[in-house]
Amino acid sequence: MSRKEIDEVTGVETTGHEWDGIKELNKPLPKWWVWVFYATVIWSIGYWILYPAFPTLAGYTKGVLGYSQRSVVAQQVEAARAAQAKFREALAATPLDNVKDDPELLRFAMAGGAAAFADNCAPCHGRGAQGAVGYPNLNDDEWLWGGSIEDIHHTISYGIRSGHENGRENQMPRFGIDGLLDKKQISDVAEYVLSLSGRAKDEAAVARGREIFAEQCASCHGEDGKGNVELGAPNLTDAIWLYGDSKEAIMASISTGRGGQMPAWEGRLDPVTIKALAVYVHSLGGGQ
Amino acid sequence: MAHTAVERRAFSDVIAVLGCGLGILLGLFLAAGTSDSVMSFHGALLALACVVGAAFILKDAFGKEDPTAEEGYYDGPVKVALIAAVFWAIAAFLIGDIVAWQLAFPALNFDLPWTSFGRLRPLHTSAAIFAFGGSVLIGTSFFVVQRTCHARLAGRWAPYFVVWGYQLFIVIAGTGYLLGVTQSKEYAEPEWYADLWLTIVWVVYLLVFLGTIARRREPHIYVANWFYLAFIVTVAMLHIVNNLALPVSLMETKSYILFSGVQDAMTQWWYGHNAVGFFLTAGFLGIMYYFVPKRAERPVYSYRLSIVHFWSLIFIYIWAGPHHLHYTALPDWVQTLGMTFSVMLWMPSWGGMINGLMTLSGAWDKLRTDPVIRFLVVSVAFYGMSTFEGPLMSIKTVNSLSHYTDWTIGHVHSGALGWNAMVSFGAIYCLAPWLWGRRGLYSQRLVEWHFWIMTVGILLYITAMWVSGILQGLMWRAYDSLGFLQYSFVETVEAMKPFYLIRATGGLLVLIGSLIMAYNIWRTIRGDEPVDAMEQPRIAAAPEMRPVPAE
Repeated sequence: MSRKEIDEVTGVETTGHEWDGIKELNKPLPKWWVWVFYATVIWSIGYWILYPAFPTLAGYTKGVLGYSQRSVVAQQVEAARAAQAKFREALAATPLDNVKDDPELLRFAMAGGAAAFADNCAPCHGRGAQGAVGYPNLNDDEWLWGGSIEDIHHTISYGIRSGHENGRENQMPRFGIDGLLDKKQISDVAEYVLSLSGRAKDEAAVARGREIFAEQCASCHGEDGKGNVELGAPNLTDAIWLYGDSKEAIMASISTGRGGQMPAWEGRLDPVTIKALAVYVHSLGGGQ
Repeated sequence: MAHTAVERRAFSDVIAVLGCGLGILLGLFLAAGTSDSVMSFHGALLALACVVGAAFILKDAFGKEDPTAEEGYYDGPVKVALIAAVFWAIAAFLIGDIVAWQLAFPALNFDLPWTSFGRLRPLHTSAAIFAFGGSVLIGTSFFVVQRTCHARLAGRWAPYFVVWGYQLFIVIAGTGYLLGVTQSKEYAEPEWYADLWLTIVWVVYLLVFLGTIARRREPHIYVANWFYLAFIVTVAMLHIVNNLALPVSLMETKSYILFSGVQDAMTQWWYGHNAVGFFLTAGFLGIMYYFVPKRAERPVYSYRLSIVHFWSLIFIYIWAGPHHLHYTALPDWVQTLGMTFSVMLWMPSWGGMINGLMTLSGAWDKLRTDPVIRFLVVSVAFYGMSTFEGPLMSIKTVNSLSHYTDWTIGHVHSGALGWNAMVSFGAIYCLAPWLWGRRGLYSQRLVEWHFWIMTVGILLYITAMWVSGILQGLMWRAYDSLGFLQYSFVETVEAMKPFYLIRATGGLLVLIGSLIMAYNIWRTIRGDEPVDAMEQPRIAAAPEMRPVPAE
């Protein structure tokens, strides 16, 4: 069976075996292949000597360099902390209102606030803080719970309907769901609310709605519908709508009472980061 | 003698029918006795498959006697596997491209659970690796082991059981994913009962393969068969160990893996990386070692290299898995071993590339005239590129940038599309005329079209993922001068979008190429006269159809 022959093209001898017409040349291993292979082996042996590499009965070989992934991470975190320490200490010690007086500190607070906002707040409020249905726009000057830097800091720290004892709490009644008003009454109130920003179409309904409003709504939203920051009751006259400006959306708000939530960030973010966030959000445009 | 042959045949038929009967009973038992609707559905599938199998066997057993049926090569199972491979290639590319578009436009999941990314993604990977790749491996290994051993495939029904049993596994696994059944291990998502079924199929596969080698009429075992055997044996071991799980109940789909924490992660990636090493590398090198020299009609470049790179590849690959878990809770020393063995793996991998490419010595001109050779050779080039990129990415410093980014996805696809799919298509284009006794492929020009469309698609895909992955990695680690992260996560996602679009377009080209292939193969099988027979090489024809060279 075995018949060695010389391959005409390469001049190399075959091994003499043949399978379904396939033969093999008896070429030696390419030199460069062997040497590169040896080089990777030698490099690996060197690496094993320098770094942790093999298990032993009691643990593992530690390597000459004493490398440990854990200690490297600890060092890097430590170094990052140290680099920011000066500013962080200053921010912690400076009253919120005075941060703007120190340009370097303000720059640090703005950068830290922007980074924290992008990862923690942007999912709801949007990357440009432009808000979305149910999530307030933070660029305008309408603030449900107050737009001073202290107010914003409080809201961020303790949240809204968050369950935190210092959280912002209120609850608009569920006029429709709980049967406090019937559907026609809700429609009338909605028509009246639309009239506050000049968008009513049915004067008769507005008149009926005005009475119901005075009775049911004015205690929080005010006689004039301009809201009350103390109670977190929105201004209804400014054509800014958290849940949409259609009559259907307003009727749904009256019917369900809405009641969105924002988490308390105290404990989730450190106090300095929350301070930086307050500075950043306050700067966005509508800060008071 | 004739008497015993008939007896043996009848015995095989009885055993096979009894096996089907057992399957029907078990399937009906599961279908009727469980409150788990997916288990019930899969039980019914098993029963139905066994009914069809039994009908097929009985029809054959009581059909007309064909005295020549048991002689020569046994190619029926190979034909089934080849058609399945073409089908699954299209399915894998289609689902892959759908999820690629979903990444660019998430609304394309239509808010339905069955079409969500989380379910379609494993469907894509399993369809590509196991359905398409597995069908190619089973089909070619059955073809190659017969030719190179000069022996008929062992078993009467066993080879068909392997091919069809494997298809049933794929259908059970895939429908399970869509219905939300998964054990959440990457590339090992099927639940315990599908795993058990695959184990049975795989053991029969091993026995058929070994049985054929045992009855070989060649003194030596050809190198392709070493690779196939390494693939079959190692995959059996990997599959069993990584899927050791305890079902909640024998009548329910859910199970829990025996390992936990970092041990589970390590077992998973020991499996996961060696699925690449032994399924997608060793198995496909088996394909390469037969089809490249066969198609080029040249001897294999170096016998010695094939031995040395085989054993070094087998020994080193099995250690490389930990490089998937760099900078995790995995102990430092395990990470070191994973990385260094990955680097040492570079040359053993390249041994296959050298043997593949250099076999073309003296036949390089065929690259110009034979697009099937081009598929085979370019696949080997992609193999070389991926097996350089892999060790590079396993180095911890590089990995700290590349890990969890699209670079990994690009790397996988330069291997899966460039190497696995291309070498498979080369083999499929060889096999269709050989198996069905045709004078050549229906159209070699369509093979040209397929080659170029697919190559452009792959290049778009992997270059988009390189740029996207490196960009992503750099954005994740970017700090401003005050030590704050420069980019939020969502900004890095936004930056990926143009590359997602390029990737999805590349995937679409690959899909279009595969449809061209399916058309060409279908016309070839149907027996249509080749439109460009004169341009095709002599080797394109089935052995019995090749013109005898005038001497």
